[in-house]
Amino acid sequence: MTDTLQLAAEGVSEHRPLIISLFGTFVLVTLGVTVWAGKQTKDANDFYAGGRQFSGFQNGLAISGDYMSAASFLGIAGAIALFGYDGFLYSIGFLVAWLVALLLVAEPLRNSGRFTMGDVLAYRMRQRPVRTAAGVSTIVVSIFYLLAQMAGAGVLVSLLLGITSEVGKILIVVLVGVVMILYVSIGGMKGTTWVQMIKAVLLIAGTLLITFLVLLKYDFNISALLGEAAENSGAGGAFLEPGLKYGIDATTKLDFISLGIALVLGTAGLPHILIRFYTVPTSQAARRSVNWAIGIIGGFYLMTIALGFGAAALLERTDIIKSNKAGNTAAPLLAQNIGGGPDSTGGAILLAVISAVAFATILAVVAGLTLASSSSFAHDLYANVIRKGQATQKEELSAARWATVGIGIVAVALGVFARDLNVAGLVALAFAVAASANLPTILYSLFWKRFTTQGALWSIYGGLVSSVFLVLFSPVVSGKESSMFPDVDFQWFPLENPGLVSIPLGFLLGWIGSLVSKEPVNKEKYAELEVRSLTGYGAH
Amino acid sequence: MDPAPPQDPAHNAGQPDFIKEQSSEEFAELRHAHRSFAFPLTIAFVSWYLLYVLLSNYAGDFMGQQVVGNINVALVFGLLQFLSTFAIAWWYARHANAKLDPRASAIKARLEGKS
Repeated sequence: MTDTLQLAAEGVSEHRPLIISLFGTFVLVTLGVTVWAGKQTKDANDFYAGGRQFSGFQNGLAISGDYMSAASFLGIAGAIALFGYDGFLYSIGFLVAWLVALLLVAEPLRNSGRFTMGDVLAYRMRQRPVRTAAGVSTIVVSIFYLLAQMAGAGVLVSLLLGITSEVGKILIVVLVGVVMILYVSIGGMKGTTWVQMIKAVLLIAGTLLITFLVLLKYDFNISALLGEAAENSGAGGAFLEPGLKYGIDATTKLDFISLGIALVLGTAGLPHILIRFYTVPTSQAARRSVNWAIGIIGGFYLMTIALGFGAAALLERTDIIKSNKAGNTAAPLLAQNIGGGPDSTGGAILLAVISAVAFATILAVVAGLTLASSSSFAHDLYANVIRKGQATQKEELSAARWATVGIGIVAVALGVFARDLNVAGLVALAFAVAASANLPTILYSLFWKRFTTQGALWSIYGGLVSSVFLVLFSPVVSGKESSMFPDVDFQWFPLENPGLVSIPLGFLLGWIGSLVSKEPVNKEKYAELEVRSLTGYGAH
Repeated sequence: MDPAPPQDPAHNAGQPDFIKEQSSEEFAELRHAHRSFAFPLTIAFVSWYLLYVLLSNYAGDFMGQQVVGNINVALVFGLLQFLSTFAIAWWYARHANAKLDPRASAIKARLEGKS
């Protein structure tokens, strides 16, 4: 065990009751809210869409809660702390991406869909094949995203309980799984939305506090903070310039472009984000919720500058890497440092607070992802494909609750490995899969008359298979020290993020698949979708 | 339980003639008001963002120039991306309130009156 970790663990062990009570309070309060919301959850409208009565601001806050995951909080801070400016690309890409959702997707989706992403993808198409594809894609994207969150949970446990405590780690991951299953199966969308709102407020408050303390230390002189970060990083001025991680050679530069494209196009294809638009009554409210989300998320990402460069300035680089190779613990370690260091009470308290916030973040996002996958399983796969629309609402909701348990078990199983991968990098893979498999079909469906069922299937499966396949043979999975399986080497695709290849492929396949399709375009359904998506006529 | 889900093609009875509606002049105006704003703007902000990505990659010297103290062009460029995102979000909301919502609700009201 490393010195820092030992210190952190020792500092924490004295204050472990504090951490447990903070986290326990969050869990108890949110479970209380969940039970309350569960009592009001009577039908499918409540379970899937939270009754559609949330305000634009409430949903904006909940979207922020769903979106600012462990990737944003732990991953970006760590990426900036280790690679300086290159880590900042995540913050920018994650934010700019919201404009795609705002301008092209949020309102038409709200107007024409009902419960899931599949409602819109399959609207004009033959139902069973396209819903099957949409359901599969929803679940795959959500599992990639879950992998990142559970990696974050594993990392936090390592920091708090010490790497040697495998049993403790597994116990915490199981706890996360159980609480998340309770949130979703009892509270449905209504409960989950409130959990997201509470978590968003806590995360913003915690981040504001650390940002304030870091800036205070530098008399609010950002230039001085950056200067010390550069000096302390050992990289000098290069730390503040692009290229430290991605500027090494032509391949890493392509990887940077690939990551950049995946980030900006992924958001509008993330099922757990898209279903949030169904929780508000109108498309105008959906627009307002995106605008609130852009404001809140943008403010948060601005603060990642202080978190990341603050960690680089105040912590020893070797300590960050020793604690977690990918930098995922930089933010909690920074909290400990800024509170007075590992030996101080202030340091231990801030570490506890920030760790509890990070746990809350992970728990809430995992719940959102589980809800998206189990909704899609129940509504797209079970009700519309397996039961061909003949299932009663009670049967459908029961399927959703069982799916929640199933996804929860998958999430717990995933939590056991992938600890040394940067959480932001993992989430970027989910973004790449979403942008390759989902976004083309969403955009073509809404805006291109000649799009057909075959185009949708080629695009969804082509984007999905190519992106997952390329990740499988990338350095993320094997062949490098930082890989998921460092001891084997079957990688041949040089980029860590597949977006550069798989996203254009998804768009291309949708286009070609439609052009060579023998099936005539369903003009009536396209007219219906277009009129409804733009006017809100007949919206649920 | 809600009436038949929207994806059920059998529910068209009593519904407006969407093809006729789609080719109406009012709807064409609404569609134009949305597309002529959203499409070029999407191309613009994606290009602006890609410019930032490409400059970061291939124009290191330019991005590394210091502006004030340790604040360099790269950081300013990044912060401008934040600024442009906020500005576009605000601009779209203004456009939608003024140009899209009145047209959309007029068509919606007419359709609801019909059916």
